[in-house]
Amino acid sequence: MSAVPGGHDHYFVPEPSPYPILLAGALFLVGLGAALLVNSIAAGWAPLAAGAGLGAYVLYGWFGRVIGETRAGLYGVKEDRAFRWGMMWFITSEVVFFASLFGVLFYERHIAIPWLASFSSPHSPLSHYAPWPAFRAAWPSSGPAGKAFATVSPWGIPAVNTLILLSSGVTVTWAHAGLRAGNRSRLKWGLALTILLGVTFLFLQAHEFADAYSKLGLTLRSGVYGATFFILTGFHGLHVTVGAIMLSVILARSFKGDFTPQDHFGFEAVSWYWHFVDVVWLTLFVFVYWL
Amino acid sequence: MSTARVLSGAGAVLGLVGASWAHARAFYDFQTPVTPIARDILFIHNLFLVIILVLFLIGTGTLLYSVYAHRYRRNRSPATFAGPSGRKQWLWVSVPFAVLLVLDYGVLGIPALHSILALANTSDAAMTIKVTGHQWNWQYEYPGYGIDFTSTLSTPQAQIADQAPKDKHFLLEVDHPLVLPTHEKVRIILASADVIHAFWVPAFGIKQDAVPGYLRETWVEIDKAGTYRGQCAELCGVGHAFMPIVVKAVDRPAFDQWVRSEQAAQAKEQAASGLSYTREQLIAAGKKVFDERCSACHQPNGLGIPGAFPPIAGGHPFAAAAPMLAALRARGFYKGGDIVVGSVANHIRIVLDGIPGTPMPSFASQLSAADIAAVITYERNDFGNRTGETVEPKQVTAIEAGH
Amino acid sequence: MSAIEHHAPPPRGITRWLYATNHKDIGKMYLVFGITMFLVGGLLAELIRTELLTPTMRVLSPEAYNQVITVHGLVMVFAALMPITAGLANYLIPMMIGASDMALPRLNNWGFWLLPPAALLLVMPWGLKLIGIGSGTLDTGWTMYAPLSIQSGPGADFAFIAVLLLGLSSTMASINIIVTILNQRAPGMTMMKVPVFVWSWLITALLLIAVFPALMAGVIMLMGDRHFGTHFFSAAGGGDPVLWEHIFWFFGHPEVYVLLLPTAGILPHILSTFARKPIYGYQAQVYSFCVIGVLSVVVWAHHMFTSGMPPAANIYFMLSTMAISLPVAVLFFCWFGTIWRGAMTFETPMLFALGYIVLFGIGGLTGLVLSDAAADQQYHNTYFLVAHFHYALFGGPIMGVIAGIYYYLPKVTGRMYSETLGRWHFWLTLGGFNLTFMPQFLLGIAGMPRRIPDYALQFSHLNLVSSIGAYILGASQLLLVYNIVRAARGAGTPASDGVWEGARGLEFTLPSPPPFHSFTTPPLVD
Repeated sequence: MSAVPGGHDHYFVPEPSPYPILLAGALFLVGLGAALLVNSIAAGWAPLAAGAGLGAYVLYGWFGRVIGETRAGLYGVKEDRAFRWGMMWFITSEVVFFASLFGVLFYERHIAIPWLASFSSPHSPLSHYAPWPAFRAAWPSSGPAGKAFATVSPWGIPAVNTLILLSSGVTVTWAHAGLRAGNRSRLKWGLALTILLGVTFLFLQAHEFADAYSKLGLTLRSGVYGATFFILTGFHGLHVTVGAIMLSVILARSFKGDFTPQDHFGFEAVSWYWHFVDVVWLTLFVFVYWL
Repeated sequence: MSTARVLSGAGAVLGLVGASWAHARAFYDFQTPVTPIARDILFIHNLFLVIILVLFLIGTGTLLYSVYAHRYRRNRSPATFAGPSGRKQWLWVSVPFAVLLVLDYGVLGIPALHSILALANTSDAAMTIKVTGHQWNWQYEYPGYGIDFTSTLSTPQAQIADQAPKDKHFLLEVDHPLVLPTHEKVRIILASADVIHAFWVPAFGIKQDAVPGYLRETWVEIDKAGTYRGQCAELCGVGHAFMPIVVKAVDRPAFDQWVRSEQAAQAKEQAASGLSYTREQLIAAGKKVFDERCSACHQPNGLGIPGAFPPIAGGHPFAAAAPMLAALRARGFYKGGDIVVGSVANHIRIVLDGIPGTPMPSFASQLSAADIAAVITYERNDFGNRTGETVEPKQVTAIEAGH
Repeated sequence: MSAIEHHAPPPRGITRWLYATNHKDIGKMYLVFGITMFLVGGLLAELIRTELLTPTMRVLSPEAYNQVITVHGLVMVFAALMPITAGLANYLIPMMIGASDMALPRLNNWGFWLLPPAALLLVMPWGLKLIGIGSGTLDTGWTMYAPLSIQSGPGADFAFIAVLLLGLSSTMASINIIVTILNQRAPGMTMMKVPVFVWSWLITALLLIAVFPALMAGVIMLMGDRHFGTHFFSAAGGGDPVLWEHIFWFFGHPEVYVLLLPTAGILPHILSTFARKPIYGYQAQVYSFCVIGVLSVVVWAHHMFTSGMPPAANIYFMLSTMAISLPVAVLFFCWFGTIWRGAMTFETPMLFALGYIVLFGIGGLTGLVLSDAAADQQYHNTYFLVAHFHYALFGGPIMGVIAGIYYYLPKVTGRMYSETLGRWHFWLTLGGFNLTFMPQFLLGIAGMPRRIPDYALQFSHLNLVSSIGAYILGASQLLLVYNIVRAARGAGTPASDGVWEGARGLEFTLPSPPPFHSFTTPPLVD
């Protein structure tokens, strides 16, 4: 292998680092705390808080370290490619995570509910034995023993949120074009706009959740509809939150003068993530809210 | 070694072994099949075993031959080929796969398809029964005859604990077996009251999960009178090993006679629910019910198991998952970290309805009103509980009718 | 921090391990952790076999028994086999492809250090029980079927969170391995020149990324049903307990191949070395791995033939499952082709490799039997099934990793192990294993269900034989531990660079033990 541009003959292998084991320890504490708390053992707050604090410290330190190494010019083309592949496969694993949640939605709606209702159909040879004699297949449904609820109309907040997230995809691309053209103020404005749109989205989503609980009677307990609705929109919202935090870090780095028109993997990784979150939302809008 | 010869040889072996196995039943063989499905499955099983035995012998034989002939001591100049070359070699290489394809989708696939479809056909049954899995016993209902009873393990605790010699049918004996007529297609509807169980009687060739909230179906047509034994085949908690299935298959006249005696017995039991008993009678009967039905979880000493099953004894501390504690508190049986003895009415409701979301099952369909009254009286007057109360069967029927 | 430090010698003291970024150090930690947990899981197995020695409740209560079988399964799959294969991957892949290290070294260390906390969370409820909290650990079997797992005590939450950590660990390790294989290969090493072991791990890592997130989503939903009022798996709210089975086996079946493929990858290297002959059908094996990978994610419900799916579903899953026999047969054919007309010697790794072929053959053939949706009515959840998957998972993967460990032990430590003890280890393992599990086939056929702590009298004799076999099998693994410790402490004759007369591959061009950084300058591969 000839010399890589930037003078890196050797692949960069970082020196020993305390961060990985500390992050594993932090997650252990968070997990332990959560396991105690869900079982009503109040002492679980202590490890949970300690773990969260330690985790935040480690993430700050670890990413800070990577940014420092980037600035020191320790990464060449091959390192850059490794990071790209890494981010891509990480997003792939996230795709699988959401795909399985969509699979659950599909199963509950198109297999479980009709199956349950089939026993109580007047034509069924089993109708005499039906566990839930009055249950009829429908969607939305809270199941045979669930309480009634109303659903969120797709053409209110969800439609607005769709526009917001689509625009945020445009603004982040606009910022990227600015960065590549060497236009730093377009980069910063584009990022700031994207973050603003993301936060607006989250605000509206929180509002929608509050309405669902207080006015529509749609809660986690609303049978399979409520469960799939909240797990899908909830995990999506969580990803938007993480994405917005990452965008903010990128914005802060932009102000500090990081990223060159040629070399800005950090920016790209976050924008990939943001686009992924966008696509999940579109799927969600269609299958959770609309159809 | 030609493939055709191997195949025809295998066919001959298969025929012979199949024929002999159809009669001989050894300790390593399936139980004697007594339904069409079980016979189908035994045929498939024998076919399979012969095929895989032949495949295994060919494979291992090749391996052992190679180990012998191609060892360093005999052959110091290893060949250098790294794959098939030439049309003739490729042809040779593809033969095993062609054979496997035929075995998979022809020899084995076709009988399997036939049996799967036969198994799924529950129509045209002469009779229907409903089987419900409970933690940890089976409830059998005969809707056409108004018969409904629970079948529980009758092997004494002493035998399980190795304090008494074991019976012949250790762990495979019940107090009240399922009785089915022979030579009639019986459709079995399966339900579960709590977790997934599986109804399995090897001689019938059926194993079907019972899924809570759903129904499942299967069928049998028993062609030989006798007693057949099976077990739950899906892990369902601590009593999984202790909920056997015993089926007595009898001919139609005997079955009709059993139906009449069973109906008479149930009528008598119902009448018993209207009677009054003395406290001592109730406590004595209640102890028996408790030992059989409650002690697996709440323990014979009534102290339960920390974190899982609450004590019956009032005043004992108990900690467990929040939903269970909340449910106990709401019913007046938990206060300040201790189990307390709540009201009679709530006590009856807990036994009748169970506590949803916890392992406490509903006993409404499993115990008679007299038994429930007895066990509650016993619980409230033993284990250090001294309420002095007597619970009458009619109190139980009143609450049961109230919802 | 300067660029020169990056190829510095190993740091001293405990931080070398805690803070490791070196692939060999991390690989060794994986191996030590995995082998330790293999012994822990084995000890639990001996407890199970002791309970089943005779028909009576002997050493364990039914609650404890259910917990022990659950932890035995989870530990063996997630904390023993997977870490051992991941350790081999970490140690070997950079050497095999001519890289200096893994692509993402810090991520690598994170992936490893998530494992001990997960194992700790799994067993911690036993400790908590001693101080009066909860009722012990998860007691549902490793399959965690709802609603039993919803009903289960607080220990279940610890296990579910352990699964989340394991999932995170596997995902990170997989990303790192994929990136390393795609990005760090030496110049001239095209994908079709990459060693078979590396290919097997590429497919394994892709499978893990394709299925583990589904299990993580699943356990989150289980916790939702347990504590937050959702009804994913409960009919009252329109859910279905069988949905959990689908989620679990969508993960669980590919997981079997996750355990199997890396060892199917290491096998051709060993066979080729000791037959002194090139690997037969390299491309066929690579394509078979790919086909197995794809098939493994579309056959999951063959674990659910008695759950009451419609006949059409049973037929589909039966036919697709039978298709797996074809690529697996290709692998067997290539293994035979590799030794055919070779000049074989039978050192310990070769013995274990040949044992693998025979035992895994039995596992595979009985798997074919189980794929029959009709006959499965008799086999499902009996000891026939238990015997089948132990032939498939011990006979295959564990024999494979033991072969791999003996094969690379001289490379890693620079010292030869004791060949005599190695052979004893092999023959005792082979005998003990068959004595343990062959009777279990017969028990299953005779009608003994799995997961029961006590059984009817007609099963007594075979259970007794099985338990005796288990003691022999368990005790003989101590020979492996002794051999490893002995070589690691520097006893035994020094190993040459090539170690074995017939060994090929870049890893055998390096000294034994290899330098801290494998290839600081990438080798040229022609």
